Amino acid sequence: MSQTNAETKRPVKRSEVSKLRWTWEEMKNNKTAYFMLAPFFLLFIIFTILPVFLSMLLSLTDFNMLQMPHWVGISNFTRLFLDDDIFILACQNTLIFAAITGPVSYLLSLLIAWFINELPPKIRAVVTLIFYAPSISGQVYLIWKTLFSSDSYGWVNATLIDLGAISEPILWFENAEYVMPLCIVVALWTSLGTAFLSFIAGFQTIDRSMYEAAAVDGIKNRWQELWYITLPTMRPQLMFGAVLAITNSFGFGGVVTALCGFPSVDYAAHTIMHHLDDYGGARYEIGYASSIAVVLFVIMFASNIIIKKALSKVGE
Amino acid sequence: MAKKLRTRGHRVVLNRSAGGDTGITVVLTIMGLFMFLPMYYVVIQSLKPLDELFMFPPKFIVMKPTLENFTDLFTLMGDSWVPFSRYIFNTVFITICGTVGNLIFASMAAYSLAKLRFPGRNAIFQIIVMSLMFHSTVNQVTHFIILSAFGWIDTYLSIIVPSMATTIGLYLMKQFMETSVPDTVLESARLDGASEFRTYLTIAMPMVKPAWLTLIIECFKNLWNSGSSIYIHSEELKTFNYAIQQILSGGIARSGAGAAATVVMMLVPILVFVLNQSQIIETMGSSGMKD
Repeated sequence: MSQTNAETKRPVKRSEVSKLRWTWEEMKNNKTAYFMLAPFFLLFIIFTILPVFLSMLLSLTDFNMLQMPHWVGISNFTRLFLDDDIFILACQNTLIFAAITGPVSYLLSLLIAWFINELPPKIRAVVTLIFYAPSISGQVYLIWKTLFSSDSYGWVNATLIDLGAISEPILWFENAEYVMPLCIVVALWTSLGTAFLSFIAGFQTIDRSMYEAAAVDGIKNRWQELWYITLPTMRPQLMFGAVLAITNSFGFGGVVTALCGFPSVDYAAHTIMHHLDDYGGARYEIGYASSIAVVLFVIMFASNIIIKKALSKVGE
Repeated sequence: MAKKLRTRGHRVVLNRSAGGDTGITVVLTIMGLFMFLPMYYVVIQSLKPLDELFMFPPKFIVMKPTLENFTDLFTLMGDSWVPFSRYIFNTVFITICGTVGNLIFASMAAYSLAKLRFPGRNAIFQIIVMSLMFHSTVNQVTHFIILSAFGWIDTYLSIIVPSMATTIGLYLMKQFMETSVPDTVLESARLDGASEFRTYLTIAMPMVKPAWLTLIIECFKNLWNSGSSIYIHSEELKTFNYAIQQILSGGIARSGAGAAATVVMMLVPILVFVLNQSQIIETMGSSGMKD
């Protein structure tokens, strides 16, 4: 409707002038729109878009914060993939981490949201809070370090010893075998966040009459209802949730560092994010760190595109 | 229909088997315990007196609850050269400034993108949606370079200003405005001679209060939980989360105080969420992304 308004105000008709001229007139008519967008968009460009392009540019140089950068072509990338064993390990860990936490947290969010939707409204609010709370409570995940600690504080060790399963405490976070699974569990524990709320809301907005009609049409159980009615209707939410799940599954570096320290034992939980931190934050090899960032970008975008394609098939 | 219809209250419940209901209850209970017990354990730890903290094996109950750990927080940090209250002030200050800034900037931008039609609108929104696809820490190296070019390293600005342009809040508010602010209402305000900015401020904004709250909690939780940052070196500018890490690194003797600090930290966002839960869920109803 604001379109019709613009049409009445517009001094020239679209057909009468060149596209460029028309665009310019439109821009002048909507000055306020640009003014209202400007403060946010300016900051967004400076702090979100510019860093991306700067990374791409610097990844082709040997910048180290002290000397002027020199152009080195793709040598940072060849070094990454051919000479840096730890990076390859970090790639593996990141992909394993993301391939587990991404889909599991996504499906868990969906499943729990679906189950919660079956509850009466009062209980629903409480249960939602229980599942959502760990994701907004900041560093509360450090409690896992206490639960799994190797001294007399470790509730897990104490219980296992009590049960006779082990004879001496396991050094959970100092053992290469355990750090990765533990970090995944903790990451999942904190992962029912915004996407989860979005799913809960999605389930609530579906019109009940659709289910009634479906029951008449021969939908037999709640699984069929979910697949044929609920999920297709919720596709926009599913898409939004997927984007957030992918983003988060690649961004869990902080949790790992807090739990296992840096570097983790034998680099067992070393992710691309840690590698980036190491070269960018500690060694000031900005050029090299930028090439790591670029690789991570490519991985994140590629996963998003693949998942979006897959999700458009839901309920077909 | 031959099969007997199940009812819940007086409503007929379609396609719901008793077995399914039981299954749901079981799964929710098990998962709920997995989510809840660690949170509960933090609270229990914070209330344990010293002798119970040292008890072996550790217990999930507290026999003589005490607030000692909370008062200890102040004495523990009393001898560090930055007063404890300073860390709290930093966290509160950063959170309030960043969240208010984000609310103002993002809601103006959301209104513009949702309700005005201008060349470049779709392209700009697409770029913003794309930015949701990567985690911001991937940018931190170049971010650092940009912040130092501004001379903002080791100032509050390095945390506050970038957080004002967080996109998730803008995205949620824009989607919500599209579905819940009717164009006709805006149109009549414009016909009455209200400027576009006035229409936004007096008509659109009051209609999207649930979205404000959602934007606030999204921005709030990030800032509130921000810990040691590579952009801040000065002790007196560091946040409460950083202080908690320092307390916890003191080892066992301090784990009671550490738990108390963690409880203080988690209570605030949880409280904010509890008070606004229904509005936040309402906003999320329009959060969907079109393909």
